[in-house]
This record gives sequence, structure tokens and C-alpha cells, in this order.
Amino acid sequence: MSQTKEAFAKATALDTEIAVSTRNICKNYGAVEALKNLSLDFPRGQLTSLLGPSGCGKTTLLKIIAGLLEPTSGEVEVNGRLVTGPGPNRAFVFQDFALLPWASVMRNVAFGLELRGVAKSEREAIAERYIREVGLAGFEKSFPHELSGGMRQRVGLARALSVDAKVLLLDEPFSAVDEQTRRKFQEDMLNLVAHENKTFIFVTHSIEEAVFISDQIAILLPRPSRVSEIIRPTGFRNRDMGNIRRDPEYLDIVDQIWASLRSYVE
Amino acid sequence: MKIGNYQLPNMSSLLLWGLLWEIIGRSGMTFFVPPLSEVVMTLFSVIGTPAFIKALSETAYAFFAGVFFAIAIGVPIGVLMGKSRLIDELLLPWVNMFLSAPLTALVPVLMVLFGFGMKSIIITTTLFAIWIIILNTRAGVKQINRSLIEMARSFGATARDAFFKIYIWAALPEILNGVRIGVIRAVKGVIIGQLLISIVGFGALFELYSANFLMAHFWAVLIVLFAMAFAVSELLAYLERRVSYYASTR
Amino acid sequence: MLSRPTLLKILSTLIVFGAWEIAGRIPVSYAFPTFIESMQALARMTFDGTLFTAYGETLKPLVIGILISTVLGISIGLAIGLSGWFDWLMSPIFIVMQAAPLAALIPLLVMAYGIGLTSKVFVVCIMAMPVIVLNTSSAVRNTPSSLKEMGRSFLGSDLEIITKIIIPSASPIIFSGLRLGVSAGFIGAILSELKITPTGVGDIITYSRSIADYPSMYAAIFSIILLAVLFLNLLETIENILFEGNNRGYVSD
Repeated sequence: MSQTKEAFAKATALDTEIAVSTRNICKNYGAVEALKNLSLDFPRGQLTSLLGPSGCGKTTLLKIIAGLLEPTSGEVEVNGRLVTGPGPNRAFVFQDFALLPWASVMRNVAFGLELRGVAKSEREAIAERYIREVGLAGFEKSFPHELSGGMRQRVGLARALSVDAKVLLLDEPFSAVDEQTRRKFQEDMLNLVAHENKTFIFVTHSIEEAVFISDQIAILLPRPSRVSEIIRPTGFRNRDMGNIRRDPEYLDIVDQIWASLRSYVE
Repeated sequence: MKIGNYQLPNMSSLLLWGLLWEIIGRSGMTFFVPPLSEVVMTLFSVIGTPAFIKALSETAYAFFAGVFFAIAIGVPIGVLMGKSRLIDELLLPWVNMFLSAPLTALVPVLMVLFGFGMKSIIITTTLFAIWIIILNTRAGVKQINRSLIEMARSFGATARDAFFKIYIWAALPEILNGVRIGVIRAVKGVIIGQLLISIVGFGALFELYSANFLMAHFWAVLIVLFAMAFAVSELLAYLERRVSYYASTR
Repeated sequence: MLSRPTLLKILSTLIVFGAWEIAGRIPVSYAFPTFIESMQALARMTFDGTLFTAYGETLKPLVIGILISTVLGISIGLAIGLSGWFDWLMSPIFIVMQAAPLAALIPLLVMAYGIGLTSKVFVVCIMAMPVIVLNTSSAVRNTPSSLKEMGRSFLGSDLEIITKIIIPSASPIIFSGLRLGVSAGFIGAILSELKITPTGVGDIITYSRSIADYPSMYAAIFSIILLAVLFLNLLETIENILFEGNNRGYVSD
């Protein structure tokens, strides 16, 4: 509890604007406390990772922010407005992609807009732009089962980008793709954060991934979940992407996080 | 099966069996098996006759009506069971029971309740087909990938949107599988109904042929019937394979 | 305190039998007795022994037919699953039989074998056999190839691989094929009693219908359906107990 407060204090001391904040979130499943009194701020225009061992409730927290789950108590604010359910200011990228197997890439990317009642020609124009942006030009008419895992997640990403939400919620988006594709994704992610003025909340269980792409890392510990530490890798953020992985600060932070998490891994 | 490098087509052994049939028929071993050639000749002469066309159209009518009711009633019940736990728990024991129960035993009841006619046969057909359709629809709805539903919700889908754009499609392979098995059962149901009620359709035709010992006629009609049943089931299996990826989880 | 599923099962049984009772009291049809009347008829037939003699008759072709189908069906299924040549030769017959309305053969069987036990056993067999054969052959064919390769790498003989790997690994599916075969066999047994000659339970049904003793007719039908369902449930329970390990046993997905 004291740690949470400390982390919270650090976060508010920051001079950037806060886009998303969670306050005293509790979530119980029957007698099990999945999240306890969790408060966390997410600065605008930055990428915050939720990192922790499995069962620490990071996905639960993300789904509460998305409005897909309701917290037992506590509240979530997005751009100063209270969250009561899913809304157009947030878009979700799923771990298993959640693509419609019966729909083409085009329809999948445009699906978010379709549900919002955007006219067909308009939504397809928007979708086409994002399909190009994620590097899938030429695959508009393909179906998900004809694509590789990495390409499928690009479709999921394009779908989330196309609804132009200010907050992007990503639930272990690269855990189901192979290592090489994953590295490429991480680099693309850095570009995305730099060029789109969006707030990213990123759930991952990979320490290296979190340190590589995050402006802010919230380390969650399990049973019941709480924020144990907030880390801001700043030293290598503005350097060349290719050099990050051998930057001493990068390596130190990876080591330091592993040291604090290892006792929770059985 | 291969001979040398040549892959024999799947159903080609039926030709061999046909040949065997012809030999047995020619040998005059038994009166009940006329040569295949004779049966085929009879087949072509029978197909155009009014009696055959009447039997076929009556059977087709009962079959399609029965299948229609089975789907129209079965799919919504299955979706309801997949979505509501209470309805599921109330209905599931009965659906499971009727799925494996010998429904033939109910035909006499239908006969006294609905008369010796088309109505009873249609209900028999529906009864044979409906349970597996309900059960598969239910299973299809239950196994829908959770994150597809969450995805629809996170983009603000209405309940109606979710039903027509997600549920129906994601459950379609299972529903079609149920419909295919249901249709195979319906073919059996319509024939059993006609045999027991035996004054309409092929039931009447069979009575006529067996009373007059018209063996070639009998076999000809059987071949037509079996071929049609097989074609229908293969067609549905093909459709099912076409949409099987709809249920993929990623 | 009863658990929720049991409670709901009781509730749903009450609803259905209650609806039957009410429909009988209205009555929806002169030929629709109430639930209580039917159960009284059932009790009467049970206590005066009619039902037992009737089932003795009915079960004879069923049991003989199922035994023949089991032995023959599993043997043919094994042969199909193990030999590509046999597969090519026999599979089409059973695939067509599975899809075809075999009941249509009954008039022909009656002409060939008369109206006695032989015909009835035949009916049970043609109904029950296809599913037993097809389940057995596909189970044998789908034995995980890693298991077979394991057997070969440890120098098992062909016979050992069949008896110690293929058959045990196929047995859950073979057994469920048997269960489906029994279910189809019941249909065959009842069909033959209703269509060929009324004996046993079929006789009770036909006779009581002809003298408009509807409660007895409904009771007989109720009893045969109940018997079939109970027996099939028993088989399913045995299946679950026997092959419990197989349900969880596979390591990979």
C-alpha cells in the first residue's frame, strides 16, 4: 500500500498531462481479490507498459480501462471523463487478434467503423489508409486464415487505429507471433508512438519488450495485485533504435526488473 | 488405394461391387437379386412413370417441410440454450434424451394423433432431424471465441449487431454440421414414416412392388433413393468444409 | 440441499409431465390419455407380467443383432483402418449405408427371409453396423503417428503395434461407435416389430391401438423409450469410467 502511494506520488509529480487514470480499483471474483486498491496514471502521448508475472491482473486492469469488465469498486477516467463501458475514445488490440474469420482484411479493418455506422465507401477509404500504414497493402481481399500470425496482428492493429481513438489498449499483442516478427513489431511500435499523438497502454510479460518500447513501466505484483514500482527509461529513448538493446541503461533496467520479479516466479 | 502410380478414385470400388452384383444376378442364384443391368434398365423406365413421380414429389415435400421446421425451430432454440444457462439446464436433458431415443416408437402415437397422412410423416421427419440441430447450434454458440464478443463490445456493437454480425457467423460451421447430420436423419425419418404409414410416397410404392414381386423395380427405386440421400449429405459436407474456418479462434 | 442442476432436472421433468397431464385432461385429442392414466397402465402391465414377456420377445433380435454387429463391425472396421486395399474396397459401401435410409430394405428382407427372427436380426444389423464399422476404421486410421513411430523405434512387431498401441488408442472411439450402434439397433428392433410382425412391445402397441386402449399404448411406448435411454446412459457412464484417462491423457493439443 505504501509502495502504491509512493508510485502514485511519483507519477503525479510528472509535468506531462495525464490521459488515463485509474483510482483505487478493486476487482473481486467471488472471494478472490484480483486487483486491490490499484491507482495508476498514464501520461498523454506516451506508452505505458503493465508488466508482471502471470496472474498479476494486468489484463484484468486493461479490460477494466476498456470498459469490458466492471471494477468492484474504484473508477477509471479517460481524458477527465468517467468510464462506464466501452467508448469511442479507446480501442483494443487483442492477444488472439479477434479477427472475423469470415471477413476479408478490408472488412475486418473497417469493422470498428462499420459498428459505428460509418458509410461503406467512407470507412473503406479510411481502412485502406491504415492497411497501407501497417504494411498490408495488396492484402485487402485476403482472409485471416490466409495470413501469417504477424500479419493478422497487423490487421488487428489497423482496425484499432482506424477508429481514431485517443487511447490504444494492447493486450499482449505480440505474444502469439514469432520472435523475429515480434522485434519488427516493437520497432514499428516505437515509430507509432513517436508519430501518432495517442496514449498507449501495453500489457506484456516480456521484460525486454517492456523496457524496449516503454516510456513508463508499471510493475504489477500478484495476489492481490498492486503496483510495486514505476520505472521510466529515459536515457536511451531518443537514440537510434538499433542501439537500444546494448545500451547500459537498458541492460541495467532489465536486470533490475528481473531481480525484483524473480521471487514471484515459481 | 494405388495401382502402380495411379491413384484409384475414392468411390471407384463401387464399380467392382456393381460387377459382382451383375454376376450374381446373371447366375440366377437368387430370385431377389436381378442383374444390375436389368435394374438400371428398369430404373430408366420407372423414373418417368406417374407412380414414381408422385412418390418422389410426396417424399420431397414431406422431407423439405420436415427439414424446414427442424431448422426453423431448432436453430433458435439452440441459440437460446447457448446463451441462457437456465434454458440450457431445463432443456438439455430432454434434447439429449430424444437425440438417442428410438423415435420410431413415437410414430404410432403420431398416427393416432395426426392421422395416416402427410402431417404425421412431416412431424416424424422433423422429430428425427431437430435434436442434433439444436445440440450443435448450442455447441456452436457456446464455443464462440470470447474475444470476438469482447471485440464487438469494445467497438460499441449493439446486441442486434453482435447477433447478426458475430454469433450467427461464428457458430455457422457447427450449425451446418448439425443440419447435415439432421438432414441424413431426416431422410431416414421420412422413409421410416412412410414405411409405417405406408399409404403415401415410397412407402406405397414399396408395398406395390413387393406385393407383385417386382424385384428390379424395387432395387431401382432403392438405388435412386440411396443415391439422392448420399448426394444431399455430400453437398452439405462440402458446404460445411467451405465455412469451417469461420470457427477458427485466431 | 440439492444442487442446482439436479433441482432444474427435477423441475424440467415436472414441467414436461405436468404439461402431458394437462394436455390429457383437456383433452387435446380423444387419443391422448393423461400422464397418470398412462402410468397406471404401465404399472398394471408391469405387475401382471405382460411387459416382461413382451420385452423377452423384443430384446431377442436386438441382442443377437447387436452381438453380430459388434463382432463383425469391429473386425471389418479394423481391417479397413489397417489396410489401404480393404479401405478402398469396403469403405464406400459403409459410407453409402451410413447416409442411406436403410429402412427401405425391410420389405425386401421380409420377402427374402420371411417374417421371423432372421429378418428382425437382419434389420437390427443393417441399422447398427455402419456406424460401428466407420467409427472403428476412422479411430484406427487416426492413431497418432507419433505413437506408432514410438512403437517401431522400440522394435515392436506389427502385431504388437496393433494390439498394444493401435487398438487401445482407438478403443474410446470404437466404444462410442458401439453406443451409437446400440441406439440405431433399438430403432431397428422397434421398426421391425412395427413393420414386419407385431411381437413383444410392438404387439402391445399395435394391439392396444387397434382396440383404442390408448393408455396401454402410450405406456408401452414410454417404457421402450425409457429402457433405451436408460441403457444408453448406462453405456455412456461405462464409457466415461473406462476411458477417463483418455479424455485428459493427451499431452499436446
